[in-house]
Amino acid sequence: MTLQAVLVVAAAIFAVGLYGALSQQVVVMIMMGLELMLNGVILAIGAFWWFLSPAPDGQVLVLVVITAMTVEMAMGFGVATLMHRSRGSDMTDSATDLSG
Amino acid sequence: MSVVIDVLFWFLAAAAIFFGILVFKVDSMARATYALAISFVAVGVMLMIVNLEFVGIITIFMMVMEMAIMGIYMVMFMGMNPALMPMSMVHNRRWSGALAIGTFIVLAAGAVLIPWPARDGVPALDLTVSLGRALMGPKILAMLTISPALFATIVAALVIANPRGRYDRRGDDLKKRTPADPTRGGIGR
Repeated sequence: MTLQAVLVVAAAIFAVGLYGALSQQVVVMIMMGLELMLNGVILAIGAFWWFLSPAPDGQVLVLVVITAMTVEMAMGFGVATLMHRSRGSDMTDSATDLSG
Repeated sequence: MSVVIDVLFWFLAAAAIFFGILVFKVDSMARATYALAISFVAVGVMLMIVNLEFVGIITIFMMVMEMAIMGIYMVMFMGMNPALMPMSMVHNRRWSGALAIGTFIVLAAGAVLIPWPARDGVPALDLTVSLGRALMGPKILAMLTISPALFATIVAALVIANPRGRYDRRGDDLKKRTPADPTRGGIGR
């Protein structure tokens, strides 16, 4: 178990999440992709903390990322609810009003 | 001991990636949320391997609960069971895959090729206590930022998710005789 190994695993998780966030049409599935990306970020921060600088700063950064996940989830559910109420659908392809 | 930790790490890493991929492969929304929860649990245990017990436990608890809520939302909004009625709900699959693979190659190459410095310092004896002291001391700004951000999120999510109520339709003082609706109701609209 080395820093490089953990970072490669984190990169793989991040890439899988990126694929999901870009390819999915359902809002909640896109949120899952974003969560997976942040999952990879959390793992990478944990590895940096342990292998490079085990000061409390790294732990605080992980908490900030977890908070970002919470905010993303809450706002995502809010947007999904709003879309479902106003359009009867939770697909992103039916919400392209602002696209150029 | 080191071999055991290595084996455990690679097992958890394989599980985290495999179940992460499974999220976008399975037809059932419930299975997708379970798969994501397992991926998060694997990452949480990996954090615990590097002595981040508090953060690892928080990640596991929070994500398992979040996935439970997400499963309910999926069932609520989908209105049908995709496991029984498979359908494609993806777009731009080829470019998304290419971008994801490219991102992985760049990140992995950086992780392997960068000459990372040696470890600087040693972890505190009690990491949870050190985290608490940091949050209440020199890192209080993070705490002061997180708290109002979470409160603002609660308010914003409620405002977004709430349906149009009487105040939206008839004004703050409820004195508007004709409701301000996007579409007029009733016969002859």
